[in-house]
Amino acid sequence: MSHPESQHGSMDLEHQEHHVVGPKVYLLIFFTLLVCTGLTTWVAFIDLGVLNPVIALAIACFKAGLVVLFFMHIHYSSKLLKLTVASGLFMFLVLITMTLSDYISRAWGLW
Amino acid sequence: MSSANTIVQLPDQSTAQLPRKHYLNQELGLKSWLLTGDHKRIAMLYLFSITFFFFIGGAFASLIRLQLLTPGSDLLAPDTYNKVFSMHGIVMIFLFLVPSVPATLGNFLIPIMIGAKDLAFPKINLLSWYLFVAGGLFILAAMILGGVDTGWTFTTPLSTHYLNTHVVTAALGIFIAGFASILTGLNFIVTIHRMRAPGMTWFRLPLFVWGHYAASILMVLGTPVLAITLVLVALERTIGIGVFDPTKGGDPLLFQHLFWFYSHPAVYIMILPGMAVISEVISTFSRKRIFGYTAVAFSSVAIAIFGFFVWEHHMFIMGVSNYSALVFSLLTMLVAVPSAIKIFNWSATLYKGSITFETPMLYAFGFLGLFTIGGLTGVFLGSMGMDVHLTETYFIVAHFHFVMVGGMLMAYLAGMHFWWPKITGRMYPEAISKLAAVVTFIGFIFTFFPQFILGYLGMPRRYASYPPEFQVLNVLSTAGASILAVGYLLPMLYMPWSLKYGKIAGNNPWQATGLEWQITSPPLTENFVETPIVDHEAYDYEWLANQTEHEVKTVG
Repeated sequence: MSHPESQHGSMDLEHQEHHVVGPKVYLLIFFTLLVCTGLTTWVAFIDLGVLNPVIALAIACFKAGLVVLFFMHIHYSSKLLKLTVASGLFMFLVLITMTLSDYISRAWGLW
Repeated sequence: MSSANTIVQLPDQSTAQLPRKHYLNQELGLKSWLLTGDHKRIAMLYLFSITFFFFIGGAFASLIRLQLLTPGSDLLAPDTYNKVFSMHGIVMIFLFLVPSVPATLGNFLIPIMIGAKDLAFPKINLLSWYLFVAGGLFILAAMILGGVDTGWTFTTPLSTHYLNTHVVTAALGIFIAGFASILTGLNFIVTIHRMRAPGMTWFRLPLFVWGHYAASILMVLGTPVLAITLVLVALERTIGIGVFDPTKGGDPLLFQHLFWFYSHPAVYIMILPGMAVISEVISTFSRKRIFGYTAVAFSSVAIAIFGFFVWEHHMFIMGVSNYSALVFSLLTMLVAVPSAIKIFNWSATLYKGSITFETPMLYAFGFLGLFTIGGLTGVFLGSMGMDVHLTETYFIVAHFHFVMVGGMLMAYLAGMHFWWPKITGRMYPEAISKLAAVVTFIGFIFTFFPQFILGYLGMPRRYASYPPEFQVLNVLSTAGASILAVGYLLPMLYMPWSLKYGKIAGNNPWQATGLEWQITSPPLTENFVETPIVDHEAYDYEWLANQTEHEVKTVG
């Protein structure tokens, strides 16, 4: 595409994206993910009552965050790409909270 | 009104010729089409595919209306009827309405309107068509192997536990076709952000582009939720994972939440591109800049955002929490605001405009009236009290057909007629197409207006038979459907006819302002000979008048 750039600002953003990530970072993230998987399994065998799913979900979110930030390079990306990812996350939160608005108040009965 | 009852300006037909080179004859042969990266050719591939699926869905619609001509199950057995209305819904929504305007007109026009040579990812664009076809084939396979009878909503536990039809095959088809939609949306977003010509600022974009931008956001953010929901249904059916099964700690209503989280915004995926078309048509045929350009542009984005906060209004009678339903009912009222902004602004554009009544404008007028009725009855259904009485009756069937068929299909036909000269280089025959527009409108009213009354009287949807006292209105509806069918068949006849016999259109038959009208019809493969530099607002008719005044006349 020999399309002339309309905004010079966006050229700069594009150059930021070519950040080279060394194997060290990838390996570190990989082992962190493995440790977290082990941790999830270990915690699952301890009876913490209501805290069990909370902890499992918290670890899963942390792991997903690592994958998005480092394996998917969002940590090194432009603000526009960060915003794009954030909008997906925001929509996901809307799905969860608005759905919970039904589940939490269903037992309140009629007014 | 004396001499100026048309704005059409065609070149002298005795000397006029199509341009020697354009996107249709740049390369020839099947391979050049199946491996093309040209957004215009991919749009044509989509056009053929969705027309095919429209007629499949239309055939099912005819069967539904014929069955309902009489109170008993005279034509189809009740379980066959269930399959027929399910397949009608699945085909029309996922294989026609969702891709209709974006994948054809959007694909064709967005790069041209912003002054680019192609979409940002031509190969992904082609991939999206292949995914669409693959999804369509799965759905066709489900149909041929014996059908699916869940309704287009795949309601659990019906779909997961009780039916023995091809639910998984159909769900897989929708899953695959969903990715076509995601890829199209992604392509549009990146293209609109990164490939605008110099000077084409956000607020100089035609409203067509704004509408598609908003719809693309919905495609990218909403469709994955539908995909994962259908995967869960398939897993529940095949290995019984129990997410929607109360005996295993699941909840059937969770399916409804997930399904409608996509499927309500999907309504806006379908209607926003239609609204995008209407903005262009109304401006051109009233020779005025769209009144409140910024408000119309932002109302598209507002519809896209609000659209994600209202889904539970599909579930008011399903046993959701009353408190939560109250919140969703209030939020539903909010989404009426941006839709109303659009309708009022279009009406204000017409005010004191030089209005002419060519075919696209007739369809656009049809859209304005029918969409308004469809939208306002949506407000009835969004209020909790009325909803209890009206939901799951023919009232809701009439409501969404007013929005989808009366709104979206009218807009699609308006757009097809409006850009037909640009796509093919030839005009469609004006007189018969005006007739088609009027026949479609009359047929539509006869088909769907009686259904409001039927629903209000309490006739439930999705039943093969009904009490005899409802027959008069049902006969009226079926008779209307046959008129409507004529309205849809006419363009199928005269559009192909016009490819050979239509008048040569020239570059700008409508005297419209968009960049697409300043290039040859049909366009070159590269769209522009040189990258345009935009120095004027959208819908600037004074600029256009200056252009034609100073135009250098060339021959051949």
